[in-house]
Amino acid sequence: MRPVIQVSGLRKSYGRTVAVADATFEVNEGEIFGLIGPNGAGKTTTMECIEGLRKPDRGSIAVLALDPFRDVYKLQNRIGVQLQQAQLQKRIKVWEAVDLWASLYKKKSVDGDRLLDQLGLTDKRNAWFMNLSGGQKQRLFIALALINDPEVVFLDELTTGLDPQSRHAIWDLVRGIRERGKTVFLTTHLMEEAERLCDRVAIMEHGRIIDIDTPANLVLRHCPERTVVIEVSDPAAAEPFNLIPRVERVERNGSQFTIYGRGDLVTEVIHFLSENRVRVTDFRAILPNLEDVFLKLTGRSIRE
Amino acid sequence: MLRGLGKLTWIEIKIFMREPLGAIGTIVVPVLVFVLVGRAITSKAQTPSMSNFARVGLPVMASILIVISAVLSLVTIISIYREGGILKRLRATPLRPQTILSAHVLVKLLLTAASLLLMFLAGKRYIPPGVHPPIVSFAVALVISTWSILSIGFVIASIVPTARFAQPVGAVVLYPMVGLSGLFAPIASFPPAFRMLARLSPMNYAVSLLQGIWVGDPWSAHLADVAMLIVFFLLFTALSAKIFRWE
Repeated sequence: MRPVIQVSGLRKSYGRTVAVADATFEVNEGEIFGLIGPNGAGKTTTMECIEGLRKPDRGSIAVLALDPFRDVYKLQNRIGVQLQQAQLQKRIKVWEAVDLWASLYKKKSVDGDRLLDQLGLTDKRNAWFMNLSGGQKQRLFIALALINDPEVVFLDELTTGLDPQSRHAIWDLVRGIRERGKTVFLTTHLMEEAERLCDRVAIMEHGRIIDIDTPANLVLRHCPERTVVIEVSDPAAAEPFNLIPRVERVERNGSQFTIYGRGDLVTEVIHFLSENRVRVTDFRAILPNLEDVFLKLTGRSIRE
Repeated sequence: MLRGLGKLTWIEIKIFMREPLGAIGTIVVPVLVFVLVGRAITSKAQTPSMSNFARVGLPVMASILIVISAVLSLVTIISIYREGGILKRLRATPLRPQTILSAHVLVKLLLTAASLLLMFLAGKRYIPPGVHPPIVSFAVALVISTWSILSIGFVIASIVPTARFAQPVGAVVLYPMVGLSGLFAPIASFPPAFRMLARLSPMNYAVSLLQGIWVGDPWSAHLADVAMLIVFFLLFTALSAKIFRWE
């Protein structure tokens, strides 16, 4: 895989506030790469440096082998951008925005009407921007980010403030972008979003990248603990739970057993239950997620 | 280089017209002032000073109002666009910054010309008999004046902290300039300090140019005014290029 974004030793401060202290990472062609972290971690600043909207104090950035600050116009023809909390003119119509954006790029743009159709905005063609719902606005911004058939798409806090239903719809759209062979670089402070959407994530805190990997690997490496809670009709059958591989500890509460372990614990427990024909009335696996990884790495919750 | 200028300008004109209050305030108020004051004057017995005001003062005053409306409207729109992140969004496209700002200047110049046209049509009968203003020349003079003073608008738009302050700050800067412009009293009658101040304001040269062209002076008599307006334009444009904030 060829890296399309290369960031090395990036630093950017505003006055005395250091927004990005040191960021180094690569984004590969065709992947959805997520920069995750709490608000104020430096995600947006990092993204805007890569988009050529801000000049880094130090470090080097290459996007599609271009210097984003020096070659900003060349680059902007090849990337699509959605900015955090952006607005358009209140009374601009949806089709006017798409038409304007389509006229700005050197190469032939994609069919705006088809794009609106794919994003479910056809019946809002003539609506003013101010009268769109939050989800419709975000879909329009996605349309504008895709209008020039970009090679890399940047999405900054795309689903913040949206209801769960719109959020899931937007996730499907983003997966659709990847399926068309584009690279997606996104930021989010929603761990669920990162987990469901991203092929790889970089965890950022206080302007530094703490770790980079696939969501599953991050969880496996940093939070290998697994827990299985089962209820059995015949507690006697549960006695040998301690012998299951990967089990570290078993707690019993009446007919309910809580099994603590690591790694492949869940598979091992299922295997044991079926081998020994143990009748189970309830089964729950408690798996750590990116949120736990974040807590472990930083000592604080991402929601704080 | 100026890719998108035409389309952006056209969209901005449409957006402007979709906000009825803003459009009315900007275009209709100067025209109304001209018509209402014109009617009040012509219905009274004609004193020499009154008729002089009707002949030159009123049209120039109304024209200056058109200029001020345009500048205030520019300041407000730019600061709203900045606060809402619209400028930033536009900048994250291949649109050049100067294209975005040029579109707004073009919109204001076109509106200025439209207001002036409307003023002539609506107020034709209040232009005293025997006065034949060179309308095309006057329109050109007004567009030059607006252009020059709009550059102050960009400086104001650069320094106002939020959109809420745009209108008041703009008014505080612009209205004293009108007071010192020689529109209401000859500059020669000012105390020396004010005379100095007046010379440092482009409004002064705009009024002088507009009054002169209205009464039929040739352009050659006002080259100094035009030159000063251009100097102010360059000065303020350079200044705002230094201090303009996009977000």
